[in-house]
Amino acid sequence: MGKKFNMSRIVSLVCGIIFGIGLTVSQMIDPAKVLGFLNIFGEWDPSLAFVMIGALVISSPFFHLFKNNKKPVFAESFNYSINKKLNKKLIIGSALFGAGWGLTGLCPGPAIASLALLNVNSAVFVVTMFVGFYLVKLSDSINQAR
Amino acid sequence: MNIVNFTPIPALLGGLIIGLAVIFFFIFNGRLIGISGIASNFLITKKNRFDNFLFIVGLIIGPIVYKYFTSQEINISISNSFFLLAVAGLLVGSGTRISGGCTSGHGISGISRFSLRSIIATITFMIVGILTVWGKSLI
Repeated sequence: MGKKFNMSRIVSLVCGIIFGIGLTVSQMIDPAKVLGFLNIFGEWDPSLAFVMIGALVISSPFFHLFKNNKKPVFAESFNYSINKKLNKKLIIGSALFGAGWGLTGLCPGPAIASLALLNVNSAVFVVTMFVGFYLVKLSDSINQAR
Repeated sequence: MNIVNFTPIPALLGGLIIGLAVIFFFIFNGRLIGISGIASNFLITKKNRFDNFLFIVGLIIGPIVYKYFTSQEINISISNSFFLLAVAGLLVGSGTRISGGCTSGHGISGISRFSLRSIIATITFMIVGILTVWGKSLI
């Protein structure tokens, strides 16, 4: 148990590193590249569609291959959202996210990874993104308390 | 529509690497990667906090590792004012928590398991992102 406990930490760190390398290799870390992808009515750069294809080609078949395993290697059980609710929150939240994404070209992964480049702009974005996380949490707790 | 700056090979390669991270995290730790989920859970809940912290640290180390091994400069350009970055940060932070995922959580992990919810979320944020960029070009 003790040994497995530590191993999940190493996996977390390593997976973060691999993910960050993937964002860098694909250039998705560059918001200008993302804005080029979203600019389909202007000068369009379709590259980032290939990031998604590349990721899904690996993650989807292996997810379905391993999802019926009894348990993951370093955890007691599989633990991921199986929420199936299609509601207003899903659409409104995604629309707000899309607006912020289109304004700057930044989404959570690349924004955090680009902190490595000591970019003040990414830092401003990341700090306010965390404020956004917290505000939703706060509003959820207030609604629950009612 | 004009196609510019098209770099399909590094995009595909980077995508494959991201897919590997998702699947390793799933097989070993039993979780699916969504960066907005990992980052907000780190802030909000004690559960898996140290794992989430280490993942975020790794995410920041990733580009440094890349630079070390390839000796290539990583160029990014962000041309927005601090005010606009703060507005966008709030929109992305709150939006991803209201909808339960971002480009990775819905766009990769959710679609990987054929979640209709994630497919709808991804189509929505893509369309709004495209319309926002188009709207900016009109101003």
